[in-house]
Amino acid sequence: MTRRRVFTVAVQGLGGLAGAAIVLPAVGFAVAPIFEREDDRWEPIGPPDDFTAEAYKAAVITIVDGIGEAGKTTVYVRKGSEELGEDPDGYIAISTRCAHLGCPVRFVEAAGNFICPCHGGVYDFEGKVIGGPPVRPLDRFQTRVRGGKVEIGPRYSVTSQLEPVRSRDPGEFTGGIWEYLYPPRPSTPSPP
Amino acid sequence: MPKLQLPAALRRPAKPGSNGQVDGKAPEDLRETPAARPEPKVTDQAVEAGKDVVGWVDQRTGLSGFLTGMLYRKVPKGTNWFYTLGSATLFAFVVQAITGVFLAMYYTPSPTQAYGSVTHLTNDVFLGEFVRGMHKWGASVMIILLFLHMGRTFFFGAYKYPRELNWVIGVVLLILTFVMGLTGYLLPFDQRSFWATVVANNITATGPVVGPYLADFLRAGAEFGPTTLTRFYAIHMLLVPGAIIALIGAHLYLVVKLGTTAPPWLKAQRPGSTRPVEAVVAGANGASPNGDRSRT
Repeated sequence: MTRRRVFTVAVQGLGGLAGAAIVLPAVGFAVAPIFEREDDRWEPIGPPDDFTAEAYKAAVITIVDGIGEAGKTTVYVRKGSEELGEDPDGYIAISTRCAHLGCPVRFVEAAGNFICPCHGGVYDFEGKVIGGPPVRPLDRFQTRVRGGKVEIGPRYSVTSQLEPVRSRDPGEFTGGIWEYLYPPRPSTPSPP
Repeated sequence: MPKLQLPAALRRPAKPGSNGQVDGKAPEDLRETPAARPEPKVTDQAVEAGKDVVGWVDQRTGLSGFLTGMLYRKVPKGTNWFYTLGSATLFAFVVQAITGVFLAMYYTPSPTQAYGSVTHLTNDVFLGEFVRGMHKWGASVMIILLFLHMGRTFFFGAYKYPRELNWVIGVVLLILTFVMGLTGYLLPFDQRSFWATVVANNITATGPVVGPYLADFLRAGAEFGPTTLTRFYAIHMLLVPGAIIALIGAHLYLVVKLGTTAPPWLKAQRPGSTRPVEAVVAGANGASPNGDRSRT
């Protein structure tokens, strides 16, 4: 190894180091949100007496602060139903984010179904898919009762058997091999 | 057509063998007895001053060789209006860049103020509706022109050797232009923008393995959040335009370097011959391997 070669390699190495010192922090800055998790939000929506096991009640909650309307979403809440094998003391909070591509679904009383306006997804009373393109049941929110109020917490997704899994984006299958093809994101909390 | 008052540096290069003079004559000031010069007019002086400035810059940059080489380059016989589609796309991009800069003067990339700033610039600002309209409709025009340009290149076979790399750069430019369309769509921040972006993000998320992380990257988090709009804005007005400008530079460099192709309906001809190469080859030595190769 000649002196010339040593200097060439050393200068190139220094140049690379200087470049990395600028580029790496910038890239880290841009991708950091992937690894950050927001604190869990719990938002009270009313006393337990407001809710029954037979009908949904719509509530508007804020899931992201400081961005106005864009940070709000509608949730359909009811008590757990013994007929459906749910805990009668618990609450079911169904997310209105369609499991196809994220449009807002609404519960249509006359049909007893959730219906999506964008591409025709249809879900039954429990939020299971009964028509259209959605790939999994509607997401849910965690619930609890604190200080005499029902509170809505973080979102989670469910498999086709309604087993809770970490929140997935719309369009992603859940359960089985899909848990590996659509890996859980560090930015989402664990399911209940 | 009146003779253009071009500085010497920018005049058409002389033909080989013409001894450096375009018209074969010595320039005025080299003739043996210079004509008596009348007092120059003010307009002439202005023209001369312009030429002097260009000459001054050229002496210090040597740009004229590049400029004359590019502006007076040979183009093949049969070059027609279809060959202007690339320039038209470039013009559409320039329109987008200019109107975009002026829109940015009034736009506020904040989720609570974006919609208000867009309605303000559309309804209240002088000519705001016009500038925004240029940007909005210009976006579609650029995509249409891009596809026409791509179609011309494809059907004229202009993507073949040695121009494959320019095709590849063009395809990257096409994708970047789509990214511009996607990110720009969110900026007015009305219901259509918002839900279209939600859907586009979720389509991104359906890619296996990397999809969920890509969507988180685009949104800057698990949900549409306070920095999603600023992120799209930065991608739309800084990141992608920078990449597009750099790639357009590379695209144009290769166009000038490699030249353009003749339209496919023109047959190649030997210099000075009126017969197509194929006929010459087939007639002279049609059976030889050389003849076969040059026919393909």
